[in-house]
Amino acid sequence: MRNGEKKTGLIFFPAFDWAISPTHPEREERLLYTQDQVFEEGLLDLENIKEYKPGLASVEDIHRSHICVPDVRSVITESHLISAGGAITAADKVLKGEVDNAFALVRPPGHHAMLVVHGARGFCNINIEAVMIEYIRKHYGPMRIALVDTDCHHGDGTQDIFWHDPNVLCISIHQDGRTLYPGSGFPDEFGGPNAMGMTINIPLPPQTSDDGFLYALDHVILPILSDFQPDLVINSAGQDNHYTDPITNMRFSAQGYARLNEKLAPEIAVLEGGYSIEKALPYVNVGIILAMAGMDYRYVREPDYDPQVLKQSERITQTIQRQADEIMSLWHDRHRKREELFSKGKYVKRRKHIYYDTDGINEQQEETVRICSECGGLVLIDSMADTGNRIYAVIIPYNSCKDCRSGGEEIFAMTGKGKYHFVYLQDRDQDLFRVK
Amino acid sequence: MILGIDVGGTHTDAVLIEKQQIKKREKVITDENNLINSLLNATTAIFRDVNPEKLSRVVLSTTISTNAIVQNKVNPVGMMISPGPGLSPSMFPIKNNTQLLSGYMNHRGIEITHMDSGEVLNACERFSKDHIQHAGIVCKFSTRNPSQELAAYNLAKDHFAHISLGHTMSGHLNFPRRIATTYLNEAVWSKYQLFADQTIHFVKERRLSVPLYILKADGGTFDINHSRNYPVQTILSGPAASIMGILFTADCQEDAIALDIGGTTTDIAIFADGVPLLEHIGVTIGGYKTLIRGLRTKSIPVGGDSRVKYRNGNIHIGPEREGPAFALGGPYPTLTDAMIVLGLTKIGNRNKAEIAMQGVADAMNKTISETADQIYNLACEMIASEVLSVIEEINNEPVYTIHEMLEGKKLEPKMLYVVGGPAESMAQKLAEILKCPYHIPPYAEVANAVGAAVARTTAEITIHADTERRVLSIVEDGVQMSIPQRFSMQEAIRIGKEKLKARAMLMGAGQGDLEMEVIEQQEFNMIREYYTTGKNIRVKLQVKPGLVSDAAKEQ
Repeated sequence: MRNGEKKTGLIFFPAFDWAISPTHPEREERLLYTQDQVFEEGLLDLENIKEYKPGLASVEDIHRSHICVPDVRSVITESHLISAGGAITAADKVLKGEVDNAFALVRPPGHHAMLVVHGARGFCNINIEAVMIEYIRKHYGPMRIALVDTDCHHGDGTQDIFWHDPNVLCISIHQDGRTLYPGSGFPDEFGGPNAMGMTINIPLPPQTSDDGFLYALDHVILPILSDFQPDLVINSAGQDNHYTDPITNMRFSAQGYARLNEKLAPEIAVLEGGYSIEKALPYVNVGIILAMAGMDYRYVREPDYDPQVLKQSERITQTIQRQADEIMSLWHDRHRKREELFSKGKYVKRRKHIYYDTDGINEQQEETVRICSECGGLVLIDSMADTGNRIYAVIIPYNSCKDCRSGGEEIFAMTGKGKYHFVYLQDRDQDLFRVK
Repeated sequence: MILGIDVGGTHTDAVLIEKQQIKKREKVITDENNLINSLLNATTAIFRDVNPEKLSRVVLSTTISTNAIVQNKVNPVGMMISPGPGLSPSMFPIKNNTQLLSGYMNHRGIEITHMDSGEVLNACERFSKDHIQHAGIVCKFSTRNPSQELAAYNLAKDHFAHISLGHTMSGHLNFPRRIATTYLNEAVWSKYQLFADQTIHFVKERRLSVPLYILKADGGTFDINHSRNYPVQTILSGPAASIMGILFTADCQEDAIALDIGGTTTDIAIFADGVPLLEHIGVTIGGYKTLIRGLRTKSIPVGGDSRVKYRNGNIHIGPEREGPAFALGGPYPTLTDAMIVLGLTKIGNRNKAEIAMQGVADAMNKTISETADQIYNLACEMIASEVLSVIEEINNEPVYTIHEMLEGKKLEPKMLYVVGGPAESMAQKLAEILKCPYHIPPYAEVANAVGAAVARTTAEITIHADTERRVLSIVEDGVQMSIPQRFSMQEAIRIGKEKLKARAMLMGAGQGDLEMEVIEQQEFNMIREYYTTGKNIRVKLQVKPGLVSDAAKEQ
């Protein structure tokens, strides 16, 4: 290896025989031209880049992050086990020290899949990063993990799963939810009472270009990471901020993506969205791989790339600067906000209406969390979907305290099926999953 | 009857094969300065009481290109490279005498920037000024659209003795390898023409009027006249010859391991259902990763002559070879000496072998036989563990579909074939460790010449159809033609078979040896703005390595 180069693992699984439907953006063709570009560049021949076959995630792996209704096999296909398995393989290669970092270039994606899964939303069935994170904690012990979601859409699924987790910092940078699916991801979504500040949302105005993204990186993401001091940084690497993406409105470029990954220096990157399959993905992916491998990416550019044309307006620049300041003051204020909430009672409830756009399902959910200063807090969920399924779930958090554990076990024992089709216990701490 | 000749660095072997039997064999020392003499010497005895008219073909395996590359005795090549966006040009495998051009194609073969004729002409002048007579022209994605390479060729052809074009080397995508392969083809060009001239001269001298073939790295053959255009295809045909020799003498049909244990190294090869496995993209030679189809072999530095040392409490076998075994007059104790002491082989001077082992035994504070036993076991373990890691590597090769991921073939060797000097002494032990039966094919000492003799002509063709653009490419031929929008996979395969057959016949294949198979077959609907705009069809076909039909059946 040359000076400055890193050993990078690549888990490439384009699932050339899987699509949501024949003309869906999430279809067989999606990574075809990326494969062509990666092969033609000879990236897999480079001494410091090693390709690995993805493993298969197990149902147990999925149970650690999801309550699938009625069960895991009913809401997934083999493709999901492979893409989650690919993310897990990336983590294994990094944590065993075989490589310095790894990129799971896999599909289907996962960041819109929430804790409870009644079906597919935003092209996602299970959250492959969340499954990977729980796998990491199970096999490599407790860790402070930062997940930076750079997909153009708010990573609402990941946010939901780690909302109460004080050890997983979820930062999502995305196109403003007022202008794009899923419509959430505002700075005041800031984490649950026991994990205040562990969810950070950075909405960017439509037409934001490289400058805007890199400003937010330098002035929000990197300073917060430096405060949090994570053991592991994960990039939930969507590529739909690209100026040619058909379903979004941003102006990010391959050069920008490469620079972002160079500066963020994630140990693990996992592909999320990105649907400009011909004009963006081949170049963005080559850029990200080279950046992660610590190699020269200056020659990677799209055929029609023109930074002058893509330049963002002065007004966008100012909006982003103002936004960044606001988020940073929220961040610095997180401990005080937390104490304020703590004084208000023992439990906090929130009601959610969740729409599964891919499968056309509506879910009403009531989530109750025990306020706890020692762990993420016991979580109780009552969820009803218009599929007719109503379920109750008890979630004992990772590293749970005695009270949250005994409370959870008691409630699970007491709750009869009655009006619920299923009652689940997800014990993240003891890695147990029960259904009745 | 077939005449097979293996021109090795040390020996030249010749065999005569008739009715699946090895009728005659001859081994002579290679005269490096006079190839024709070596060929004549090796065949004199063979032809003593044989009527040359009964011969149906002559096949040669040669190390001429391999040695030229490994010893860097090659001609300078002016490389014109059109890199497009992507990897930094500083990472390209060839740095001397290169000129970057500015035109480029994208991944679909759509021209993004035009070629600049002035740049090409300037490069030609610059190279001519430096007295460079050979050139290579390589464009990114030229396997998707060769038009810029062809245009540059038309501008440059009068400036050089010969020019190689990237897209004719292989249908695979891999720009750095395309550069290296094109460079190597041109770098050994003149040397190879001389070899071909001499070989043709030898055939005339022997009054043979049968087709003359050369062995390629993939264990297949091509006609000598065709080989003149692609000399780089003849690299690393030595290991390929030995594997084809095993295939012939052992009649392998299942998953199997083939080991060629030599003096310095042991070569590992793998058969899947009796077909030798090919390298995924191409072979590596002299540090160059190429697009040359070649048999997948792994060479490890353990052999009969590997020097044995005892250092810091550990036995070390190899990697160096300092000469023959001590028992055969060599300077240091070797693996062979250990095997002599253990009575596993009868060669050499047993007393000397014991003296050699005594030295190691003293250092280890063990008896001579304990020491020899440990050395022998360690060598077998070293080879076996490499074999297992090769199999694991093959079984873990990435796949890109769910179907292959869940249903993909797992390699499970049922047989171990061992050739080479120490084969008799080591096969049983290796088979024990690897838990499969073993077989030592006969005629191992002339396996390379046999392998060359019986190998059929192999060829590969890549078809790429883009119905949105209504273009079909026959990649290796550099041909593009228009197709209707309703073009199908079946038609692509049909055209592929036609073109592959034509290509294989041109390379010298007999009618009976056109066993074609589809090795890659992918079809994608191209959707733009939620509407299907076309199909992207990719097909690769090959005539796979195997035995020529008249060697498999009758002669």
